[in-house]
Amino acid sequence: MTLAELTPGRRGRIASVTGEPALVQRLYELGLCDGDEVEVLAVAPLGDPIEVRCGGSRLSLRKSDAHGVILE
Amino acid sequence: MTPGRPLTVALVGNPNAGKTTLFNALAGLRQRVGNYPGVTVDIHKGTWKSRHGSYDIFDLPGTYSLAARSPDEAVAVDLLLGRTPGETPPDVILAVVDASNLERHLYLATQLCELGKPVVIALNMIDVAEKQGIRIDTARLAQELGLRVVPIQANKARGLDALADAVQAAVADAPPQPVEFPAAFQDEVKSLAGQLPGVEPFLLRRLILDVGGQTETSFVQKHGESLGSTVTAARERLLAARCPIPAVEARARFGHIRSATALAVTRPERAPLTATDRLDRILTHRVWGTLVFLLVMAAVFQSIFTAASPAMDAIKAGKDWVADQVRSAMPPGPFTSLLADGIVEGVGSVVVFLPQILILFGFLAVLEDCGYMARAAFLMDKLMSRAGLSGKSFIPMLSSVACAVPGVMATRVIEQPRDRLATILVAPLMSCSARLPVYTLLTAAFLTEGRAWWVPGLTLFSMYLIGIVLAPIVAWSLKKTLLRGPTPAFVMEMPQYQWPHPKSIILRMYDRARAFLVRAGTMILAAMVLVWALLYFPAHDANGNSFDVQIHELREKAEAATGDRKEELEKEAAQLNGVWRRQSVLGRLGRAVEPVVAPLGWDWKIGMAAIASFPAREVVVGVLGQVYNLGKNDDLAEPLGNALKSATWNDEPGGTPVFTAATALSLMVFFALCCQCVSTLAVIRRETRSWRWPIFTFTYMTALAYVGALITYQVGRRFL
Repeated sequence: MTLAELTPGRRGRIASVTGEPALVQRLYELGLCDGDEVEVLAVAPLGDPIEVRCGGSRLSLRKSDAHGVILE
Repeated sequence: MTPGRPLTVALVGNPNAGKTTLFNALAGLRQRVGNYPGVTVDIHKGTWKSRHGSYDIFDLPGTYSLAARSPDEAVAVDLLLGRTPGETPPDVILAVVDASNLERHLYLATQLCELGKPVVIALNMIDVAEKQGIRIDTARLAQELGLRVVPIQANKARGLDALADAVQAAVADAPPQPVEFPAAFQDEVKSLAGQLPGVEPFLLRRLILDVGGQTETSFVQKHGESLGSTVTAARERLLAARCPIPAVEARARFGHIRSATALAVTRPERAPLTATDRLDRILTHRVWGTLVFLLVMAAVFQSIFTAASPAMDAIKAGKDWVADQVRSAMPPGPFTSLLADGIVEGVGSVVVFLPQILILFGFLAVLEDCGYMARAAFLMDKLMSRAGLSGKSFIPMLSSVACAVPGVMATRVIEQPRDRLATILVAPLMSCSARLPVYTLLTAAFLTEGRAWWVPGLTLFSMYLIGIVLAPIVAWSLKKTLLRGPTPAFVMEMPQYQWPHPKSIILRMYDRARAFLVRAGTMILAAMVLVWALLYFPAHDANGNSFDVQIHELREKAEAATGDRKEELEKEAAQLNGVWRRQSVLGRLGRAVEPVVAPLGWDWKIGMAAIASFPAREVVVGVLGQVYNLGKNDDLAEPLGNALKSATWNDEPGGTPVFTAATALSLMVFFALCCQCVSTLAVIRRETRSWRWPIFTFTYMTALAYVGALITYQVGRRFL
């Protein structure tokens, strides 16, 4: 299961973050970390990107990038 | 620190940490912007007059991390490490963190602890954290982190004295203890240090951690490809040792931060529903969010036109009054004409747009400060991605509706170089406020009277639509050809909603207004004087008689005469005036280009006005005013719209009118698409560090404008 598959209002716990090293690094810096709980808040009108909350951070990321966030 | 030199303090923090607010609170108006060669980053420098004396302070660009991915991001790191020539390294680093999102913000702070300088934590927005039920034991946090921690409220200027105390005391502190990384990682850093003697340990760590980052790029450039393979081998060994790059950094830092905050921070069992939560349920909602977005955009545009009109009318009336005073106070002649027609009318017709510019920039500043811009980018991302851009391009494009200059500057938020360049190149296609004078003048004169009530509005809307439709198409073509490359990731923080800070909004509006007026006062003034001179000289006919004097005499005779004779003399004067203008320098140039512009439905005067508006689009209004009104009897000088209506081909009284609806539309389309704006070209040059891109922009936009105007006229004259 990946973050891209969560529907708004659903939560999951991050197992690992995969993908391009620069993207993975940016996601870490923005507060997504292995073991954290993450919640999908909203989906943009055309189905992409998604708004997620993790800890105190709110982020917007595209589904193609959210596929790299593997949930437990 | 060296004695006798003021302490240097660097402000570093995540975007939205309130860093700039703090900087403004500390430095007030005692600030200036520093530029560094080869990069586009502005670093603000200022003086902080604290109770311990004056400090020099730097405001570094907001960043989430010191992992530099571009030369721009490396500027901050170089400055902090003291590697920037001519700049003193900071004595103290002030890490500005958002207390309501402490863990995330401390991530950067732990990186700052590795630079070998004392670090003081400014715990900003402590009130917001308290409101969310987050209680922070500052003393305990300071003890756990081994850093001085000062709670502040930058927007209310609270806690600044305590901050000064901490900074002053920190100078004597030993450098902070860096976060401990796993032993396998430390060993790799050590072995790399053996190969690169004298390099700061901080950079060695970044060299291993930042795959394809700026440190790796510059070191491989300097030490050769073999270093690249050494680093890659080290990363592979680390992966095998269960220390994968870059996860190892996040685990180490967040682990350290969490053990510190676990003892110092108490959170409510369930996070309370914040205002941001409630607002985002609506504002990023598929249906309601889109609806609000459209309403906000509509409100912005509507207010530009309606709210600005009383102020614009007042400025217009003031300008007319001044011009009349000049005409009545001085004898007719070249100087009066220059003053009244060239300077007062020309500059005045541009200053009229000040209210609209103020309103637009006010709106943009409010939307940006309250956090809505990120939501707009979120809503627009999918649409922009179809053009090969990202939601982050939306903000620069929207700003370009006010003016492409801040729009191009706003592209700095776009991290990917190719996306950024594509956005810069298409941003000038968005209809900026300088095009408005052209649109409103021509729409009012040719597309209002005797037409359905919705025609003027639709015309104006269509002009904006041209840019909105063409910009993505051009961006898409660029991304498929010149700027081809893989689609980059799009990750963006959605900041908490905040009440905008009136002072900072007003400061920015003032900045824009001043820049606009300076432009009107210099470049536009110079263009007006030049155009006037080119239209006035040579002022004598082949027999050496002054046109001015001859016309003046004919008019005096006409005034004395009656009936048919009077009309004949007036006609003669008008014809002579036409002869004069056609043989003027501008007239000759204009007639030379007439074959080129004739297919667009333009006479030489319009062609000349279009060319003369190279410094700035709005100049065309003043130039049209001069070419169509100059030399007319003062009693006959009429509002520009009427002068255009009565203009005829070759100035023949009663001849075929130059302007039809098709001509007006063709001119509007030309100005919607051309890049007659020196400021935009200059800012593109500055932001891309190359002449290539401004030249490219000017060329493609002019070609687009010509073709657009040609199609508009050729189609329009058959149907309108």
